[in-house]
Amino acid sequence: MPIIKMNGLSKIYKTGKVSVEALRKIDIDIDENEFVAIVGPSGSGKSTLMNIIGCLDTPSTGDYYLDDEEVGRFGSNKLAEVRNRKIGFVFQNFNLLSYATTYENIELPLIFSGMPAKRRKTRTMELLDRVGLAERAAHKPTELSGGEMQRIAIARALANNPAILLADEPTGNLDSVSGGSIIEIFRELHADGATIVMITHDRHIADNIPRVIKLKDGGIVDSLN
Amino acid sequence: MRLLLFFNQFHRDLKGQKLRTALTTFGIVWGTTSIVLLLAFSTGLKERQLQQQHGMGESIMILWAGTTSKPFEGTPKSRNIHFVEDDPEYLKSMIPEIAMASPEYTNWSATIKYRDKVFVGQVTAGNAEFGEMRNLIPEPGGRYIDQNDIDNKRRTAFIGYETWQELFGDEDALGKTIFINFVPFTVVGVMIKKDQNSSYSGSDRRKTFISYTTFTSIYNRKYLNNIVLKPVEPSHSKDVEKRVDEVLGRKYHYDPTDEEAIWVWDTSQNDEFFDELFMGMNVFLGIVGVFTLIVGAIGVSNIMNAVVEERSKEFGIKMALGAKASFILWQLVAETLLITIIGGLIGLLFSGLIVRVFPMFNLEKYVGVPQISLEIAFVATGLLGIIGFISGFFPARRASKLNPVEALRL
Repeated sequence: MPIIKMNGLSKIYKTGKVSVEALRKIDIDIDENEFVAIVGPSGSGKSTLMNIIGCLDTPSTGDYYLDDEEVGRFGSNKLAEVRNRKIGFVFQNFNLLSYATTYENIELPLIFSGMPAKRRKTRTMELLDRVGLAERAAHKPTELSGGEMQRIAIARALANNPAILLADEPTGNLDSVSGGSIIEIFRELHADGATIVMITHDRHIADNIPRVIKLKDGGIVDSLN
Repeated sequence: MRLLLFFNQFHRDLKGQKLRTALTTFGIVWGTTSIVLLLAFSTGLKERQLQQQHGMGESIMILWAGTTSKPFEGTPKSRNIHFVEDDPEYLKSMIPEIAMASPEYTNWSATIKYRDKVFVGQVTAGNAEFGEMRNLIPEPGGRYIDQNDIDNKRRTAFIGYETWQELFGDEDALGKTIFINFVPFTVVGVMIKKDQNSSYSGSDRRKTFISYTTFTSIYNRKYLNNIVLKPVEPSHSKDVEKRVDEVLGRKYHYDPTDEEAIWVWDTSQNDEFFDELFMGMNVFLGIVGVFTLIVGAIGVSNIMNAVVEERSKEFGIKMALGAKASFILWQLVAETLLITIIGGLIGLLFSGLIVRVFPMFNLEKYVGVPQISLEIAFVATGLLGIIGFISGFFPARRASKLNPVEALRL
């Protein structure tokens, strides 16, 4: 049973009288421990697909099963729960809370999942350790380098042991050296059993990812294994 | 940690929008202060008025004999009615709702003399209950006319504060002999200074009070000037008035519905009037205060809207990480309540300070002492809570309904 299963999924945006079909009849199966890249020119529907996979948005038609649940029909509270427990987001621009410390940023999903304070503390320190930034616990994001910020974001994404890691151009705002080290972390996580879906522009990165899904005009043009 | 995060964010909001937050808080402070002070001063003023009014007595009734305006059982109208000395006792025995009753005789102009000092004043005579009904309270050491004085027609006098000053200056008057129209009396009590803003025969400060039995033994009087009554309960007064007409109507043979046969001044009706007047005033002042608070609330709502605008991205991130809409909603409502509570507390403290400092201006005589009662504090707090909640709720609901995709894109 695949972790992600999409059947004939479409997304239509309506603004006034104009409706735009951002995704049309998408069929995707992604198995556990797959590492998948989603590529395509801008406007191809990559972000819309990411948002639907990440349960930030719902499909207009078609089915979306995540870990055996038909999340495409969930209401906003159930979706929030799914995002909290099953999905780990890594964004291009990190999306850390600037006023909170790295520790507090990583702790946030644990707070939303209702983990008791003691276990939260252990888990947060464990995660900081995992990305090699334990000594930066009390720092604010603005005191970190781009690469460090992205590592904190990854630690945050891993907090509740999600079913999939969803990365949206995670190296887009980084120089090639720190970008490389971030990709390295994703490889390690994959080797440890994580399921990863990554949007990327970078052909070099995509070439080294086992499976690439190419989008164009809202449809899949090529799905290589 | 959640609480810490919450305060962290709150702190950041305040820092980010110093001026706006300060103005908003000021609005709430101002609103609270005005509503609390308005009500406090109104309470003080009412107390002051009642105190002055009760100088004459609390919920007493004064009865004067009048002239009939209706023919009754063969008697023509325009017949004069007169009260006699036994009437008060008679009324008391006939009407159980009457707690106290006294006859009252007045000598409007008597010469009162102590050594070489002469003072022309009023002499009022009643029974022992008269002093109690009319709030004639003796200075320490002295007493009012008692039953013994009455039974034995003793020549004892209880003098008003000003009478004492005129005759004795600073000298102790107790036990001294004064002459009322050349008849010697012993001073047994001096009335304490009291505030009195109503009367039916002049201010008590300038009067001299003696026993009614003594009075009739000196002056040949057939009829009373008036009767003073006190009902068991102020609320009985209407009833008592009706019963008095029935009882005296039978005795003096007049129509009990005759409005002019006897005249009644029911002072508890003044209290009722004052209650209504001040209730009206409180409602008016309350409305003024509430509107001021609403202006403050609009400010709070405004700042919370700006906060939502500015923090959309943060809410988007939190939603992506699994925060439910309700979490965002209550976080913002709690923040608004906090602003309101802080503003309200400052307002309450500030009003408390003003009320505390106010007596230094020596204006109690005119406006009384402002009082912040528990009720006022509760009203203000309750209103603030409601206002804080409402003004925070709508911006917060807007935030909680943000589309996370759009919020993240900002």
